[in-house]
Amino acid sequence: MINYLKNIIKGFSTILVGMKVTFINLFRPNVTVQYPNVHPLVRAGSDKMPDNARNKLNVIIPKCTGCKSCEKACPVNCITIETTKVASIDTEKPLMEDGKKRVFWLSQFDIDFAKCCFCGLCTIACPTSAIVHSTDFEYSCYDRNELLVHFSPFNKEQVAEKKRILAEEVKQKAEKALADKQAAEKAAQEQNITDSKIKSSDDQTSANQNIQNNSN
Amino acid sequence: MENNLENTTNNNKINIEYSQFDSERMRLNAGPQHPSTHGVLRLEVELDGEIVTDIIPHLGYLHRCFEKHCENSNYNQIVPFVDRLDYVSAINNEFPYVMAVEKLAGIEVSEKVQILRAMCAEINRIANHLLAISAFGLDSGAFTPLLFLFREREFALGILEKLSGARLLYNYFCPGGVRYEIYSDFKKDVKVFIDSVRLAMKEMEDLLIFNDIFIKRTEKIGLLPKEVAINFACSGPVARGSGINFDIRKSAPYSSYDKFDFDIPVVEPGKEVVGVSGDCWSRNWVRVKEIEESCKILEQGITLLPDEGSVTDGIPKKLKVPAGEVYCKAENTKGELGFYLVSNGSDKPERVRARATSFVNLAILPSISKGYMFADLIMILGSIDIVLGEVDR
Amino acid sequence: MENHQFLFNFISEYTGDILAGVLIAIIPLALLLVYALVAIYGELKIASFIQLKLGPMRTGKWGLLQPVAEVFKLLQKEDITPDGADKPLFNLAPFIIFLGCYAALSVLPLSSHFAPSGLNIGLFFIIAISSLAVLGIVMGGWASNNKYSLIGAMRSVSQIISYEIPAAMCILGVASMAHSLDMNVISAQQQGGFWNWYVLGGPAGISKIWLIPFTVVMFIVYFVTSLAETNRTPFDVPEGESELVAGYHTEYSGMKFAFFYLAEYGNMFVVSAIMTVIFFGGWSSPFGDFLNSPIWQIFWFIAKSMFFVGLQIWLRWTLPRTRVDQLMYLCWKILLPLSMVCFLAMALGGMLY
Repeated sequence: MINYLKNIIKGFSTILVGMKVTFINLFRPNVTVQYPNVHPLVRAGSDKMPDNARNKLNVIIPKCTGCKSCEKACPVNCITIETTKVASIDTEKPLMEDGKKRVFWLSQFDIDFAKCCFCGLCTIACPTSAIVHSTDFEYSCYDRNELLVHFSPFNKEQVAEKKRILAEEVKQKAEKALADKQAAEKAAQEQNITDSKIKSSDDQTSANQNIQNNSN
Repeated sequence: MENNLENTTNNNKINIEYSQFDSERMRLNAGPQHPSTHGVLRLEVELDGEIVTDIIPHLGYLHRCFEKHCENSNYNQIVPFVDRLDYVSAINNEFPYVMAVEKLAGIEVSEKVQILRAMCAEINRIANHLLAISAFGLDSGAFTPLLFLFREREFALGILEKLSGARLLYNYFCPGGVRYEIYSDFKKDVKVFIDSVRLAMKEMEDLLIFNDIFIKRTEKIGLLPKEVAINFACSGPVARGSGINFDIRKSAPYSSYDKFDFDIPVVEPGKEVVGVSGDCWSRNWVRVKEIEESCKILEQGITLLPDEGSVTDGIPKKLKVPAGEVYCKAENTKGELGFYLVSNGSDKPERVRARATSFVNLAILPSISKGYMFADLIMILGSIDIVLGEVDR
Repeated sequence: MENHQFLFNFISEYTGDILAGVLIAIIPLALLLVYALVAIYGELKIASFIQLKLGPMRTGKWGLLQPVAEVFKLLQKEDITPDGADKPLFNLAPFIIFLGCYAALSVLPLSSHFAPSGLNIGLFFIIAISSLAVLGIVMGGWASNNKYSLIGAMRSVSQIISYEIPAAMCILGVASMAHSLDMNVISAQQQGGFWNWYVLGGPAGISKIWLIPFTVVMFIVYFVTSLAETNRTPFDVPEGESELVAGYHTEYSGMKFAFFYLAEYGNMFVVSAIMTVIFFGGWSSPFGDFLNSPIWQIFWFIAKSMFFVGLQIWLRWTLPRTRVDQLMYLCWKILLPLSMVCFLAMALGGMLY
């Protein structure tokens, strides 16, 4: 009987203790913030996002060499890079941010943020810190395709143009190589025949001129 | 095993000889979309009125081919996948994996990194236990403790965010060190965090843990005897709640845990605070005490952590892993988490096998929850503290 | 005590009895709807403040229009009747539950000059009519063709029927002291300051002091019982969210769900109002004749009732849920013996004074 009453009193008192706790908390200030009105950067405990915060990726194209390290480092294959070699006959002479000569055009640099897992491995792999995390985390959208972000500075026509220039250069080089080959063959033939030395020397000078034009 | 369960004394189980009644059983499908199956666990429950007579767990709703993915990724790329096993305590998942790779590749790690890793793991352990306790309270119907403890969890996540840059899936450890340097106010933040956690847990004991209704809901429920726990290879708070003094941090100290002075809270038979050893309340109580022990480790860590030295210097530029195999285990927040790695000398592992704690611990659910009420089944599931990401992998 | 018919007589002089009755009947309905909005807002805000949140802040100033917005949201929602449900019962259930709550309001004396229906067996009527909710719950739970609903309904029926016994004991105790079942009479007896309230032994002078522990315990018993009768935490096993998803109203949506919601809050008010009448002096002012005019009496009545509604909300956000067998244990082995002992004491008090 005493035990029975004890249990009732114990149960009742623990409930009162719990009610005391909630009553005290009723008058404590709130710890939440109203998110879109108050930016979460000012939430309790930290006044800014940490330096290494991993949010949306950003690519600084002038820094990017097109080495594809990030593409290889990505565990979910969300980065797609396509590079086009800078043609030597291109009138545009691109430079890197540090003043060095650019080797590759970034004809395609896509990051699919629907796939990205924000592990940060690409930023570690990048030798020139071209791919970095920004502080932007509010990029939700209604269409999944909007999450596929193109970082390449070129549009499709420009990419086609650059590819055309490169193809032209390749073609020219091939022609030159062919011409060289033909000239060499011809020279060899002529040496074999050793008929008219004057005529062959004329041919050689014209071939030299061709090479000089090409290299310019 | 079944006999052990039946013969246990102090059991709150409802003893009904089912065969004597010709009552119709009801098959209830709890999950995968159920408020308190802690994810997408599906339990096919056979009920006799309110009493559970049979449980068939169905797994695999969150299967993400973790082990197959690992075979196609190199050693650094696996770390983000490992994070996503037990997503509540990601740092603790990375710990054994990174140690396994280091063991295989023969990388020596500096003392500062070791202590920092242990501290991160303990912060993460506190964050996990705060969630486990509050979610357990939520299973019992108390909503307020959840939000009270989330306030403290927010502190823990804030510290880890400042360290690693991410709030939940950290990808912070890597073979040879950690990814980023320690920020300047780290020790100060940890001190503030310890104080606030201690205060909050004191409040929580008043509000929930020693509440009479909560005690009545959890004591002598889901009794897991010591032998059964050993037979099912339980570990972590589930095993320690049943009186098994087993913690890898003590029994096989890894990293820098031998430098710290801490106790392993065990609810041994005869030394219970409330209820009996092996019930839901004991499992929860182990978690409550572990938060205090983790606070102790963090306090020592603040003094042990050297100020000078870099934590990122030891990371090799190119990770070369020789052929071989290794098993490395660590005390995850839920018990023993181990990784078995086979390397063939290339940059990708040939096989990665995870001994997932939650999966092993979940296996006891059908055998310990038969004969209790349906409401108790939810409490038992909550007291095991599973994360489906780790169960299904 | 015929003056509670004051308003009815006043209106019927102009309109005739039938129309006057309809007009009078609208008053508790309007009261219920307005109260529900206030109570929902109060619940949201109290819960949020306890949990260190802000609560609704965007709909109107401090989110004041949040309950209105919720009502409109529920109105717009699709009214689903699940396949395989027993349609007539399924559609009828929410209205029956609401009916039980609305009918109980009809006998509450808001003021000494106004009770919607001045029934002289008001307390008895309330005990009878509050059982109607059980019917609605079991209909809804059964007709939903959902196992969770069925379990919830079964739990709810056993719970409410069991808890009616200690509740009736409490009401009986007060009735035996007041020698009346008329709520207006009971309220009138407790006039003259809070010292005369039945929770403090009733209007019997200093010699009643031995009775106070019993009446206080009786009040606590009734409060616990009222929590169980309205399915509030810690006794919300029929709709226990973590176990039964939403219990007997799992399958309801739209306006029918809104009726369940309204009935839950309405029942909270009804039990609080009964508590006010039988233990806390009903419409009478706690300070004797101070502010005791009929208009002020409405204020006192509603203020007292809302206090208990607030207490229920506060408890809800503090306590975990009991298990269904513990609920029965509490009812039959703790509340019933306690209420019986207290009833004996109060009956003795009723004989003496």
